[in-house]
Amino acid sequence: MKPTASSQIVFGVLAWIAALVMFFPILWMIVTAFKTEGQAIAIPPLILFAPTIRSFVDATANAGYLLFAMNSVIVSVGSTVLAIAIAFPAAYALAFFPTKRTEFTLMWMLSTKMLPAVGVLMPIYLGMKAIGLQDTRIGLVGLDTLMNLPIVVWMLYSFFKEIPGEILEAARVDGIGPRQQMWHLLLPLSGPGIASTALLSVILSWNEAFWSINVTASHAGTLAAYIARFSAPEGLFWAKLSAASVLAVAPILVFGSLTQRRLVRGLTFGAVK
Amino acid sequence: MDQGVAVTNTSTEVRSGRSARQVNTLPLLLPAVILLLLWSILPLLRTIFYSFENYNLMTPPAVFNGGLNYRYLFTDISTWIAIKNSVVLVLGVLAASVIFGTLIALLLNNDFPGRNIARLLAIAPFFVMSPVAALIWKNLLLDPVSGLFGWFMTLLGLHPIAWFSTAPMLSVVMIYSWRWIPFATLILLTALQSLDTDQLEAARMDGAKGFARLRYIVLPHLLRPISIVIMLESIFLLSAFAVIYTTTNGGPGDATTTLTYLIFIKALNDFSIGSASAAGVFAIVLANVLAMFLIRAVSRNLQA
Repeated sequence: MKPTASSQIVFGVLAWIAALVMFFPILWMIVTAFKTEGQAIAIPPLILFAPTIRSFVDATANAGYLLFAMNSVIVSVGSTVLAIAIAFPAAYALAFFPTKRTEFTLMWMLSTKMLPAVGVLMPIYLGMKAIGLQDTRIGLVGLDTLMNLPIVVWMLYSFFKEIPGEILEAARVDGIGPRQQMWHLLLPLSGPGIASTALLSVILSWNEAFWSINVTASHAGTLAAYIARFSAPEGLFWAKLSAASVLAVAPILVFGSLTQRRLVRGLTFGAVK
Repeated sequence: MDQGVAVTNTSTEVRSGRSARQVNTLPLLLPAVILLLLWSILPLLRTIFYSFENYNLMTPPAVFNGGLNYRYLFTDISTWIAIKNSVVLVLGVLAASVIFGTLIALLLNNDFPGRNIARLLAIAPFFVMSPVAALIWKNLLLDPVSGLFGWFMTLLGLHPIAWFSTAPMLSVVMIYSWRWIPFATLILLTALQSLDTDQLEAARMDGAKGFARLRYIVLPHLLRPISIVIMLESIFLLSAFAVIYTTTNGGPGDATTTLTYLIFIKALNDFSIGSASAAGVFAIVLANVLAMFLIRAVSRNLQA
């Protein structure tokens, strides 16, 4: 669209206003994180103040915080590595060796993602308790892996579809088996696709709150559970909570910004590219 | 299914040659399929089984009680209140995200200075985990004493209101909308970028004014992605949990107790496994009806 110069300016200004309005709550959280507790609740709100990193120091000095941050890293990276390891061969088979059942398999995998977590809360909760996986990182890694597996298969599948089959076929004619094909050809060829799939999986696991809140306590909880749970007792310490929150969302904001457009494919199961 | 087949002659030959000498794909597929089968079927069967039992963790053992849990579920007024709350939450957030998501996506699709940065800022809230989103709004913005909204209202000569007690559902809808409008923006912006500019250019040459182009070319192009946003968000929002958990806990009273939250309360507050499971089965049935529409839409796209 090529609107006239003046309307272009108006639309540009409106776009910036919309963007700033949406971003404002995050900005305000960041600003609050650099205040003292007194400044954080001052009315009228302080815009000019001497920033301090005191709240960041206090928030991370809490032993629980560091443990939960570590859990977030372990659970999101662990579940992502597992999900990709399981999904990679499956997506390879679905993309390069389609059969009559391929579409059904993909649709069925997608449908497992539609199961509302709360519907199976009881069996998962009691089952994990029974086999000693409650409040363990392994248990949470397992849940997140299963939760993201369909999305990961779908996203890898859609990236594999864009790789010309001839390349793998040539390798096959030369007598290179599926395992070597995947390892030496597909992996390097689909690098960016795998990277964005991994990022989406990390983002979803990192932000996952339902299972983290419900099946963990003091050992395996992630930052999502930490912040949800300690919001009540720490509710009065806005600066400290804001600092903890900033640290909890910062890595994901960066990851999300890096890969925005490619994420859409995973989030919509390839329906929008 | 296989769009690649008809692309070129050589690729047809290569592909058919490949499927003739099939590689055994079963071992490649099996780990993913078995895991997802177990994950989707075992807990579901267990939930159905529990739903026919009178089973409270506080007063074991579990006793089969026929369909009694379901009878209580559907005669209990709180079930219907929870369903109403779920509908209000889903429809409220959907309305906000379709309207504002489309507007913001259209604005950001224009050419203006710094548009890449503006896009990142507008989409950022989607990446904020729900407990943090909930806290930003609960404390920093909506708090009646020290929140920004309250301060704005006093500037305007109004009395600050206690959002979570006077308008609890509105507050929850606002928080979820803040997270999900950017999702709609992201999807619709991506869809807009795939819009054929030649077509727009041709329309412009033919003298179609800005509004006409929007009405007859851009919006029809967005209908499908909008329907996908609606279906995906409905499924996510039916399971909405963490914001309610962090802000209102379903209250005051049952004002923000959605079906998902009701099941959570029955299960992990009251430990009444049987009735939580009956409600769980009901939630699964509801979600599946919605999912059917989504899967049909996605599958149509695969074939297109």
